[in-house]
Amino acid sequence: MQPIISVRQLSKTYASGFHALKQIDLEIRQGEIFALLGPNGAGKTTLISIICGIVNPSEGNVLADGHDVVRDYRAARAKIGLVPQELTTDAFETVWNTVSFSRGLFGKGPNPAHIEKVLKELSLWNKKDSKILTLSGGMKRRVMIAKALSHEPQILFLDEPTAGVDVELRRDMWAMVRSLRATGVTIILTTHYIEEAEEMADRIGVINKGELILVEDKAELMNKLGRKQLTLHLQSPLAGIPEALAGYPLELSADGKALVYTFDAQGEHTGIDVLLRRLGEAGIDFKDLQTRQSSLEDIFVSLVRERA
Amino acid sequence: MNIHAIRAIYRFEMSRTRRTLLQSVVSPVISTSLYFVVFGAAIGSRMTAINGVSYGAFIVPGLIMLSLLTQSISNASFGIYFPKFVGTIYEILSAPVSSIEIVAGYVGAAASKSIILGLIILATARLFVSFQIEHPLWMLAFLVLTALTFSLFGFIIGIWADNFEKLQLVPLLVVTPLTFLGGSFYSIHMLPPFWQKVTLFNPVVYLISGFRWSFYGASDVGVEISMGMTLVFLALCLAIVWCIFRTGYRLKA
Repeated sequence: MQPIISVRQLSKTYASGFHALKQIDLEIRQGEIFALLGPNGAGKTTLISIICGIVNPSEGNVLADGHDVVRDYRAARAKIGLVPQELTTDAFETVWNTVSFSRGLFGKGPNPAHIEKVLKELSLWNKKDSKILTLSGGMKRRVMIAKALSHEPQILFLDEPTAGVDVELRRDMWAMVRSLRATGVTIILTTHYIEEAEEMADRIGVINKGELILVEDKAELMNKLGRKQLTLHLQSPLAGIPEALAGYPLELSADGKALVYTFDAQGEHTGIDVLLRRLGEAGIDFKDLQTRQSSLEDIFVSLVRERA
Repeated sequence: MNIHAIRAIYRFEMSRTRRTLLQSVVSPVISTSLYFVVFGAAIGSRMTAINGVSYGAFIVPGLIMLSLLTQSISNASFGIYFPKFVGTIYEILSAPVSSIEIVAGYVGAAASKSIILGLIILATARLFVSFQIEHPLWMLAFLVLTALTFSLFGFIIGIWADNFEKLQLVPLLVVTPLTFLGGSFYSIHMLPPFWQKVTLFNPVVYLISGFRWSFYGASDVGVEISMGMTLVFLALCLAIVWCIFRTGYRLKA
């Protein structure tokens, strides 16, 4: 299937000389939720801004639904909705007017029924005649989403949608993103909350220092890089790792009361059985044990650190 | 052509006028009335008629032009500066609109506002002095072209300005002096010969002269020259705006 967005050899150097993006190649599939992860200043927002037409690329090109975002900007941009990171709204306008304005701006004729639907879905309906400056931060975020959805885009960019948003709104937003995806909208989100990507995304891209260092199905990524840890809580503290266990990737906690064994969950032999037998032979008793799958967050941190 | 976008921007800007009715419309009307009281009634009563026109009536076109120029610039510059300042410009830049449509929306709204204002001032002036308009079509043409030209100029200032001071700088330091020295309150024939020559370098002279001609049939410079100069300024502003959008100057990184 033809990708809905294809980014080819995209580079951006700002006037200051800062190299924000280095030859990015990326394809977004129709109807997926794609999470773009990366530390601050990695280039996430620059990438989104180029696709949406706010920043001019230095090199390379981007196709949105087959339309070049620079040469054929009208067709490309009409399909895209953007919710930027900053809460920038027209403080003195009413919710209804600002959302209707966005629809017109994107070339669509008035459709009060659609605006009503969007506002209701975002729990903004009873605020429709309120001026935006009277709304809370979370409500303003919803207004920005409503503006982005006002022209029925096929592609939605959410740049840090849940930054500074309370738990309830975050849950609402996740539900909204899922229901949008169910209607065929492709969603690209950037986030700092790895839990969010883990919860939502079909695929994950990691960007660091302007380079796309990884693009992978979330499940595969978790499997491939997912390490498991076995923690054994010992009956009596150890001063050091016994010699009999020297060959194992073991770590002893600072208080000597726990041994941590890291293994590959995908491997044929996890080695747990042998380890436990050795422990018994060495006379080390434990009172409890637990295993833990490393989270996307651990994977992310190790990836970024590896390349730093 | 994205007509919906032009209409959306235009309506958005006009609703800003309605929200700020007091400062957009009422305050220029009040200040113009003050000019009439001071220059028209108090001082004007001691002045002799110029070209057979009473002084009170003589300053009407100049006063309308004064408001038209300052209001066109401030409306248009603020209209585009504010979204840049608060960041909502992202939406305009990411929308499927061409530069022509953006300019049509913003400049069209700013020009409409100042044309409406000019007509209100004209009506207000009628309460103070009696005057006739000999060439109403020329009058409207000068009104519309000047409003458009200076709204474009304001749009350029709004894009160039990166703080509120710069937004005020050009109107205060350049446009207001040029307007006062451009014959709003006097005929340039009243100046010494040397200053008559110097004043011809002031573009506003041509606007006021042409506009006054449309009222009273008498002018400082020929009406064709006035109209020609007005069109030259319009073309100049259009060219600068075209350059701004081509290069993304102060709009895009």
